[in-house]
Amino acid sequence: MPWRLLRFALSDKHPEPRMFTRHDALKPAYDVVIIGGGGHGLAAAYYLARDHGITNVCVLEKGYLGGGNTGRNTTIIRSNYLTPEGVKFYDESVRLWQDLSTDFDLNLFYSNRGHFTLAHTDAALRTSRWRAEVNKHFGIESEVVGPEVVKQAAPMIDLSCGGHAPILGALYHAPGAVARHDAVAWGYGRGADLRGVEIHQRTEVLGIDVAGGKVTGVRTNRGNISTGKVLCAVAGSTPRVLDMVGIRSPIYIHPLQAMVSEPVKPWLDPILVSGSLHVYISQSARGELVMGASLDPYEVQSTRSTFDFPEGLSSHMLDMFPFLSNVKVMRQWAGMADMTPDFAPIMGRTPVEGFYLDGGWGTWGFKATPVCGKTMSYTVAHDRNHDLITGFTLDRFRNFELTGEKGAASVGH
Amino acid sequence: MKIMTCPVNGPRAISEFAYGGEIRPMPDPATCSDDAWADYVFNRNGSPGVKREWWCHTPSNTWFVAERDTARDVIVRTYLYAGDN
Ligand SMILES: Cc1cc2nc3c(=O)[nH]c(=O)nc-3n(C[C@H](O)[C@H](O)[C@H](O)COP(=O)(O)OP(=O)(O)OC[C@H]3O[C@@H](n4cnc5c(N)ncnc54)[C@H](O)[C@@H]3O)c2cc1C
Repeated sequence: MPWRLLRFALSDKHPEPRMFTRHDALKPAYDVVIIGGGGHGLAAAYYLARDHGITNVCVLEKGYLGGGNTGRNTTIIRSNYLTPEGVKFYDESVRLWQDLSTDFDLNLFYSNRGHFTLAHTDAALRTSRWRAEVNKHFGIESEVVGPEVVKQAAPMIDLSCGGHAPILGALYHAPGAVARHDAVAWGYGRGADLRGVEIHQRTEVLGIDVAGGKVTGVRTNRGNISTGKVLCAVAGSTPRVLDMVGIRSPIYIHPLQAMVSEPVKPWLDPILVSGSLHVYISQSARGELVMGASLDPYEVQSTRSTFDFPEGLSSHMLDMFPFLSNVKVMRQWAGMADMTPDFAPIMGRTPVEGFYLDGGWGTWGFKATPVCGKTMSYTVAHDRNHDLITGFTLDRFRNFELTGEKGAASVGH
Repeated sequence: MKIMTCPVNGPRAISEFAYGGEIRPMPDPATCSDDAWADYVFNRNGSPGVKREWWCHTPSNTWFVAERDTARDVIVRTYLYAGDN
């Protein structure tokens, strides 16, 4: 045991500064209250303080920081989407990721791997070509490649996938990356904390006060707060918080599960996604295979896991990589994915003045953490939707103007 | 494996069933406003609770109603649809 650990284990005083300041009580009022201490809420707090000089802000988190979908996702970062709105938005996020580690002085283990979306059918190849053209139009590296390129990048793959789903080609996206999800929450949280934002964990929002169509305050398990601006960034709890302000939305919750294998020697550099086999996979810096599949088939608002999940996913993994048959699954878990009908998020101002929404992030919102923080902080500070999010507002449903992004979802849902 | 009870065929593995969403009354598209129609088409009751849902036992193509606690993932009861009550 290190000497320092022994020396300070029994003492109240510790010379190391804590990662976050502890605040014993809530203040009676804040300029902005952010609900949800995941990556999105903390990033918004960070940019509110850093870029807009608004620091009388609190982030309220009912559990612990990053304990929601931020700490449960498979961390794939990419921008090869399908709609112009999506491509521009995610591209800005990929740009923001590049210097975050330096910004935070914290290693996010951002690891640029390259990303293959495997096509096993003509229809999937067609969507790949469509995506590649849209992507190139916006200056994003994205191209359709043949099976031999896949084999070169991942020599252990069985290109016939057990004979029943041969790989015809792939959409290749060189900027595809993975990062350490917890560190993203901590980095944004510490950055916000250093600039004066208060972070309150184990503080659950139980109600929101609205008077004359305007937000006036927030009720929590630790007391009431008055405020004119509330940002809701609660992912899988979004419908519950929307109920508090009487806003209806298309968001529905299905669990999304994931699992990791025991650590093995590095053998897989790129990130691979197969829509037909419902698999996405990358190898972490620790050597674990990080694997995910499609959504659970019915609505559940909890983070329970099922046995069917590792069973089904493992069988598809073995179609692609038969040599893994002796590798053990080490952990599995689930998150609550806040799904939308068009697979685009719901962001921006809402019919309730002072209530701003950053939700509908479903299975795809980790990569967007930086750009959500940027655009939502702007939207809250100026009470005007940022230009990059105008395709994502809640009223698109009422106007029958959806932002169809389903073709770019990682696996067929 | 989770078990669901089909009102016709009895207890079966949940993988034999398809989820059809919450039972919701449809407004008359000929007479309702665009807003009411959009609300019906897109909006959902996404908060947890005991919900009445459509389910189908796929091998026998039996559609029926399940009451399910979506917070605990517990099936409360299942029965054949007998009109709205
Ligand atoms: C298994 C899985 C794999 C995924 N893989 C990817 C991927 O590879 N790439 C990608 O881009 N995205 C992925 N996603 C999606 C991504 O994880 C989410 O979209 C993103 O992390 C959402 O971040 P957030 O900060 O908005 O939400 P969260 O991290 O969920 O934070 C919301 C927080 O709000 C808190 N909260 C809720 N209600 C209240 C309340 N009433 N009061 C106070 N606090 C409250 C919660 O405790 C939670 O901590 C995946 C998701 C899952 C579940």
